[in-house]
Amino acid sequence: MALMEKFKKSEFYKSIFRHSYQDTQRNRALQIVDNVFLHLHPVRVPRHATNIGFTWGMGGITFLLFLVLTITGVILMFYYRPTAQFAYEDMKYLMNDVPFGPLMRNMHRWAAHAMVLTVMLHMFRVFLTGSYKPPRQFNWMVGVILLVLTLLLSFSGYLLPWDQLAIWAVTVGTNMARATPLLGHEGPFGPELGMRINNDVRFVLLGGTEVGPPTLLRFYVGHCIFLPLIAAIFMAVHFWRVRKDGGISGPESRKNF
Amino acid sequence: MADQAKNDTVSPAENRSTPILQKEVASQISPTPLPRKPKQDRPPDQDPGIWRMSRRSLLSVAGWMGFLGFIVVSTVGALRYMFPRVLFEPPTKFKAGFPQDFVIGEVSEKYKDEKRVWIVRQRDGFYALISICTHLGCTPRWLPGDDKFKCPCHGSGFYRSGVNFEGPAPRPLERASIALADDGQIEIDRSIKYLYEKNEWGRPGSFLPFIG
Ligand code: HEM
Ligand code: FES
Repeated sequence: MALMEKFKKSEFYKSIFRHSYQDTQRNRALQIVDNVFLHLHPVRVPRHATNIGFTWGMGGITFLLFLVLTITGVILMFYYRPTAQFAYEDMKYLMNDVPFGPLMRNMHRWAAHAMVLTVMLHMFRVFLTGSYKPPRQFNWMVGVILLVLTLLLSFSGYLLPWDQLAIWAVTVGTNMARATPLLGHEGPFGPELGMRINNDVRFVLLGGTEVGPPTLLRFYVGHCIFLPLIAAIFMAVHFWRVRKDGGISGPESRKNF
Repeated sequence: MADQAKNDTVSPAENRSTPILQKEVASQISPTPLPRKPKQDRPPDQDPGIWRMSRRSLLSVAGWMGFLGFIVVSTVGALRYMFPRVLFEPPTKFKAGFPQDFVIGEVSEKYKDEKRVWIVRQRDGFYALISICTHLGCTPRWLPGDDKFKCPCHGSGFYRSGVNFEGPAPRPLERASIALADDGQIEIDRSIKYLYEKNEWGRPGSFLPFIG
C-alpha cells in the first residue's frame, strides 16, 4: 500500500492520471474533458438526455455494434484469405476448427444484421422526435451518409463467405447497377454515352464483367479498409455535431433555440 | 488610404512621414543617404505598373493551380486504375462439338456450367440460349419434366423457346450467335446476342438450320 501511495505521487503516474477522484464539480468536469476516450461524452448531460424513452439509446447501440464489428472483424482477418481459392475453405475452417472461430464469426454476422436494424430504428426515432429540425439538419445529412455506409458494409461483407448464397446475392445486387442512369450500360442514356459491359459502373464494382475472383478482392478491401475508415470519420463528425448542436434534442434545449 | 489606416494604430512618436530608423542607420553607414528604392512587387498606390498581380498572389495562384492539378491528375489516375486492362474470364467464343452429338428434341446443359449457354436441338436446327435469368442474373434450371426453364432465385419461368411466362423476369432469355465452323463443329459466340423484344430472333446467326 505504501508502495502504491508512493507510485501515485510519482511523476510517471501523475503525467498519465492528472485528476484525482475528488468530488467537486470542477474536478469531475476535468476528468471527462482531459480523457481522449471519455471526452466523447459531454461534461454535463441535461436531465432529458438520459431519458431512454426519448433516444431509445439507438445511436449509442449502433456505435457499440460498430465497435464489436471492428474487433471481431479484425480477429476474423487472421484466418480469412480473400481469394476465390481459399475464401470458402477458410470460412469453413473458421466455423469448424478454429478455437472460438464460430463465436467470432457469429458475433460478426449477428452484429452486422443488428446494426442495420438499429441504425434504421435510430433514424426513425430522430424522425419521430423531430430532431432533424434546425440546428440539426446537417447532422441528419451526416446520418444519411452513415446509413448508406452501413448498408454498403453489409452488402460487401455478404460476398466474403464465397458460397452460392453470397455469389448469387451479389450477382443480383450488382446487376441492378447495369441500369444506373448515365453510368450503366443498360441504364437511361448509358449506351449513348458509350457505356458497355466492360466499362460501366458495374464493371468497376466487379473488376470484370461478372462476379469473379477480382470482385471478391475488391469487396474485401472495401469491406475491411475503405468503408470502415470512411464510416469512422463520419461518425466522429456525427458525434461532434451532436455536441455542437447543443447536445441531444429535447424540451429543454428546444426552448433555448 | 491603406497607409492612413496603418498610421492610426501606431503611437504618435512613431507617426512620422519618413521612417526615422532607416534614415539614421543609413546616414551612419554611408555619408550620402541612399535614395529609397521603389519596391518591385508593390507599385505606388492605384498603379499596377507592369504587374497585373502582386508577387504574393501570383505565387498563391501558382500554388493552388499546382495543388488542383495534382488532385485532378491523381483522381483520374486512381479511377483509371480501377478499370483492369486484362480480364481472366472464359472466352466468349467457343466450339461446342459436332451437330451429330446432339439429340433432336433435347436441351443440352453440357456447356451451362462453364459457358452459361444451353444448346437446343430441334428437328430443323439449333439455337443457343444464354443461361442468365433476365430478371437479375441467376442461372435458371432446365426442367425436362415440365418442359421449361425455372429460375431458383425468384421463380421466373421460361418456355423451351426462351420466352418468359411466369415470375418477375421482364423479357425472354437472350440467344447467342450460333454457326458452323470450318471444321464442322458448332461455334457459339456469347458476346453476340439476339433479343426477342428487338425482333432479332429471325436473324441469321440466331438460328443454325441443320437437317440430319
Ligand atoms: C453508423 C450509424 C450511426 C451512428 C453510430 C449514430 C450515432 C448517434 C449517436 C450516438 C447519437 C446521440 C443520440 C442517440 O443516441 O440517439 C446520434 C444522434 C443523432 N443522429 Fe445518429 N447515428 C448513426 C446514423 C444516423 C442516421 C442514419 C441518421 C438520420 C438520417 C442520424 C441522425 C442523427 C441526428 C439528427 C442526431 C441528433 C439527435 C438529437 O440531438 O436528438 N444518425 N447518432
Ligand atoms: S434472378 Fe431469376 S427470377 Fe430473379
